[in-house]
Amino acid sequence: MKGFLALMRREFNLAFGGGGPLLALTFYACLVALLPLAAGRNPTQLGLLGPDIAWLALALASLLSLERLFEHDYEDGALELLVMGPIPLEAVSVVKALAQFLAINGPLAFAAPIAAIALGGPVSLAPMAILTGLLGGVAFAFVGGLGAALALGAKRGGLLVAVVVLPLFAPPVIFGAAALDAVRAGQSSLMALTLLAAYAAAAVALSPLAMAAACRNALD
Amino acid sequence: MTLPRALDFLAVPERFMAVSTWLAPVLGALAAALIGAGLWTGVSAPSDYQQGATVLIMFIHVPAAWLSMFGYICLAGASLLSLIFRHALADAAAKACAPLGAGFTALALATGSLWGRPMWGAWWVWDARLTSVLVLLLFYLGYIALRASIEDEGRAGRAAAILALVGAINLPIVHFSVNWWNTLHQGASVFRPGGPTLALVYLIPLLLIALGYMAAFGSLWLVRIRAELWRRRARVLSLQAAGR
Repeated sequence: MKGFLALMRREFNLAFGGGGPLLALTFYACLVALLPLAAGRNPTQLGLLGPDIAWLALALASLLSLERLFEHDYEDGALELLVMGPIPLEAVSVVKALAQFLAINGPLAFAAPIAAIALGGPVSLAPMAILTGLLGGVAFAFVGGLGAALALGAKRGGLLVAVVVLPLFAPPVIFGAAALDAVRAGQSSLMALTLLAAYAAAAVALSPLAMAAACRNALD
Repeated sequence: MTLPRALDFLAVPERFMAVSTWLAPVLGALAAALIGAGLWTGVSAPSDYQQGATVLIMFIHVPAAWLSMFGYICLAGASLLSLIFRHALADAAAKACAPLGAGFTALALATGSLWGRPMWGAWWVWDARLTSVLVLLLFYLGYIALRASIEDEGRAGRAAAILALVGAINLPIVHFSVNWWNTLHQGASVFRPGGPTLALVYLIPLLLIALGYMAAFGSLWLVRIRAELWRRRARVLSLQAAGR
């Protein structure tokens, strides 16, 4: 248990340190700021697509810091120590992905309503933007961690992680956007949220197994 | 677990090479015969009252779409076997299968687009089936990219196998979610599908060509696995020669 807490402290320090959340939030702000420059500042036009683009930008921003999840530990040998240690590699993966979620996806989820409203969405969208940001953030962190583990030791790591992981992001993107659209149409968003939560739960349950298998493969 | 003599070409590389030497051409000839017969009966069938002669694109497009999904099943199956049994032949089969499946998927998308232009007036629409097949192509491309990016071949094979299995689990989820998305966002499309109750005069050529495609897939897959096995042998030999 002590070892587990020490690992959690280490992972959180690594994730939060070095300006992790700030970097992701700044990237998100840049994306959001560029959209009106690309699409024009007509409020009705922008407001139609704005919240959905803000949601998609969440997925893209969470791609950024994925590479560092396993790569540094792999390069300096810490991953081998973790494999040999008392904590199962699957649990280590859960802790890493959890730290990623808390440091990167969590803050992004709270920036999402600001972005959605800034891009012309109705204020009523704000609570749902946070909720989808959090649930989707869990999915993005765990599935993204899977991509990071698979791409260990590969050339062009960052882009490869994105190519591997973005098709897997399609279902949560669909479900989150459906929830936001349901709120806009005044209908029940329960089904969309339930499906999003289900995908996140499946990601939490299944991806640590694949992450650990991929890490062991990389260390052979 | 030992396979019976008839099936052990799936496990032993030497037996595989021996069997595929004759099996690949036989499947290829069978494919040519089936596709030829299907095209002949298809061309001689009366033109569709609605679509005219462009209905013939269906004979190329629909089997390609079926094969694209079949190809991913083969990829996932070969990946599963290579992970469980640490089997080099299964790994070579998975590597050989991916570009083939991607090719059929791209063919389905391209011919579908060519069919869509006269039918719907649009080269591309974002409806459930097209979006699903596009995501399937992205799954294939991600597999090929992952495989190509890792230098160590054994490691690359295992990582890609994990990705193929994750993709296999995800594919039904993506398919379901895209279908659901499609019903939520009803587009302004005015197309009517070729007809769930396909007339027999079209169904028979379609099935013939589909079987021909499958035989072609088998033949091409065998040829690609042979090429992969030779490439590996050549690499081992060149490494040995370099060591001397």
